[in-house]
Amino acid sequence: MSMQEKYPATSTTRDGWGAFLHGLKRVMREPLGAVGLFLVVVMVFSAAGADFLAPYDPNQINIRAKLQPPSAGHWLGTDQLGRDIFSRVLFGGQIALQVSLVAIGLALAIGLALGLIAGFGPTWLDNGMMLLFDAVRSFPTVMFALAVVTLFGPSLTTVMIVVVVTQIPIYGRLVRSQTLALRDAEFIQAERSMGADFFRIIFKHILPNVIGPLLILASMDIPFVITIEAGLSFLGMGVRPPTPSWGTILNDGYSFIYNTPWPIIAGGLPVILTTLGFTFLGETLRDVFDPKLRKDI
Amino acid sequence: MWMYFGKRILLGILIVVVSVSLLYTMIHMVPGDPAKTLLGPRASPELQAEIREKMGLNDPLPVQIVKFLGRVAVGDLGQDVFKNKPVYTIVFEQLPHTIYLVLSGIGWAILVGVPLGCVSAVNRNGVVDRVIGLISVSCIAIPTFVVALYAVLVFAVTLKWLPAIGAGDGSFASYVWHLVLPAFALGLGWVGYLSRLVRASMLEVMGESHVRTARAFGLPEPMIVLRYVLRLAVLPTITLIGMGIGILISSAVFIEIVFARPGIGRLIFDAVTSRNYPVVMGSVLVTTILFVVSTTLADLINAILDPRLRSRR
Repeated sequence: MSMQEKYPATSTTRDGWGAFLHGLKRVMREPLGAVGLFLVVVMVFSAAGADFLAPYDPNQINIRAKLQPPSAGHWLGTDQLGRDIFSRVLFGGQIALQVSLVAIGLALAIGLALGLIAGFGPTWLDNGMMLLFDAVRSFPTVMFALAVVTLFGPSLTTVMIVVVVTQIPIYGRLVRSQTLALRDAEFIQAERSMGADFFRIIFKHILPNVIGPLLILASMDIPFVITIEAGLSFLGMGVRPPTPSWGTILNDGYSFIYNTPWPIIAGGLPVILTTLGFTFLGETLRDVFDPKLRKDI
Repeated sequence: MWMYFGKRILLGILIVVVSVSLLYTMIHMVPGDPAKTLLGPRASPELQAEIREKMGLNDPLPVQIVKFLGRVAVGDLGQDVFKNKPVYTIVFEQLPHTIYLVLSGIGWAILVGVPLGCVSAVNRNGVVDRVIGLISVSCIAIPTFVVALYAVLVFAVTLKWLPAIGAGDGSFASYVWHLVLPAFALGLGWVGYLSRLVRASMLEVMGESHVRTARAFGLPEPMIVLRYVLRLAVLPTITLIGMGIGILISSAVFIEIVFARPGIGRLIFDAVTSRNYPVVMGSVLVTTILFVVSTTLADLINAILDPRLRSRR
């Protein structure tokens, strides 16, 4: 029996699907986790199915029906151009989901690579990268976002750039510290002494140990990213009108706050429910799978 | 100890230098001539040349950065060519408004959040603890600008209890009156943060031997909690607030825009929308320095309180 079979790199004994179901059960057992999962599932489905679920075209203008309160025809009322707010909220969810998935995915990939380089590389490189990470983190996020918007102009891409750049240091740091801790661990030394090459060590041993906490951290970052997208769009620095986004709905609502409360209520609720959902789910995932992370946050 | 302090302060300075250079490079990567952008398309070539010279745009980029850093070191943040006023003056006119906002927001959050965390820890895993926990996590999760919008909607527009916009007519009472809603919106998330943090650190302290000793001596429980547990447990909150200054400043941007208040957040927002680069640079720089100073201070305080941290990498 080889060393590898005797001491598997990770402690998972179930196969992928079984482990997933088992984890799901554990999350559902926690009331907060179940509520979070429910909210997240609702959000994801309504955003993904916006094309089928939305009763109206989100950009269809009908001035004669402007600023209406909720009714059977318009579940969440209409905005200042008579557009159906419910349809806009559904399509706004698409934007929020798109930004979170694409931006966090990119940030994860780059952060992972940089963190591995910092952890495995020479000390000067490590120190240099940590300094760069700290420098990037030292801009308050919104300030950084405003500076980026000055450069590239407001757009969905700008929002994603902001998210990716501000999140990379967080993931990079986590990967680096885990890599540093593992680099000289006994089982890695054993692997190395048996002639394992660099890539085997990284993909077979470091990665499986790093990916769990990284994904939990990323799931807890989704509300933050949704907030950034909605916030920047609210300021007029993110998604451009007429594209529906929760932020632009809130912005429109704010301009007409003395005429009708409904756009603000309708634009704010999905933001609140989604951030709550992802927060509850993320916290439960962390508590269930990796209680050690609790201390670092 | 001094070695650690020196290193940490040096690192702080280095971070400011690196981030200023990054920002400077970024702003100068912008396509087009800043002088032209500033003056508009109809400006005469002579005027453009004059402004270029005035802004030091004829030097190579690294020279510009070093010159800029040199000026910053002596407190010169450049000139706002629109208003023909030093950027320094403009920034420091607006800064106090933001500082009052941040202090009052964090102030009420401490007054509510710390006792909540305390009650939570004492009733660990009870119903009260769970309810407080749920409220705290919800407070943290809801974005500040949504809280601000809902606060305006409920308390200013619907109930008409409090003013929605502005910073008052100049009198102290009206200034404070106009600060109530913004401070509420800014602080709400921090109530959650602080209550979670105080709860966690109190539970940690409660397990320590000096608390067991106090119990063994038969001291009354309230006295133990207030005198021996809470005193130690509030220390991490100092660090959290120091570290959180960046989040606070970010939230202040939204708050100042929703409530149409003067302040550094609004200043940066206006400067960005009008592409007023000197003001963008100056105000972002000041907030970055503020942020680095407060995180460094928080780190140093932490090092004094917890000697174990000093030896860490």
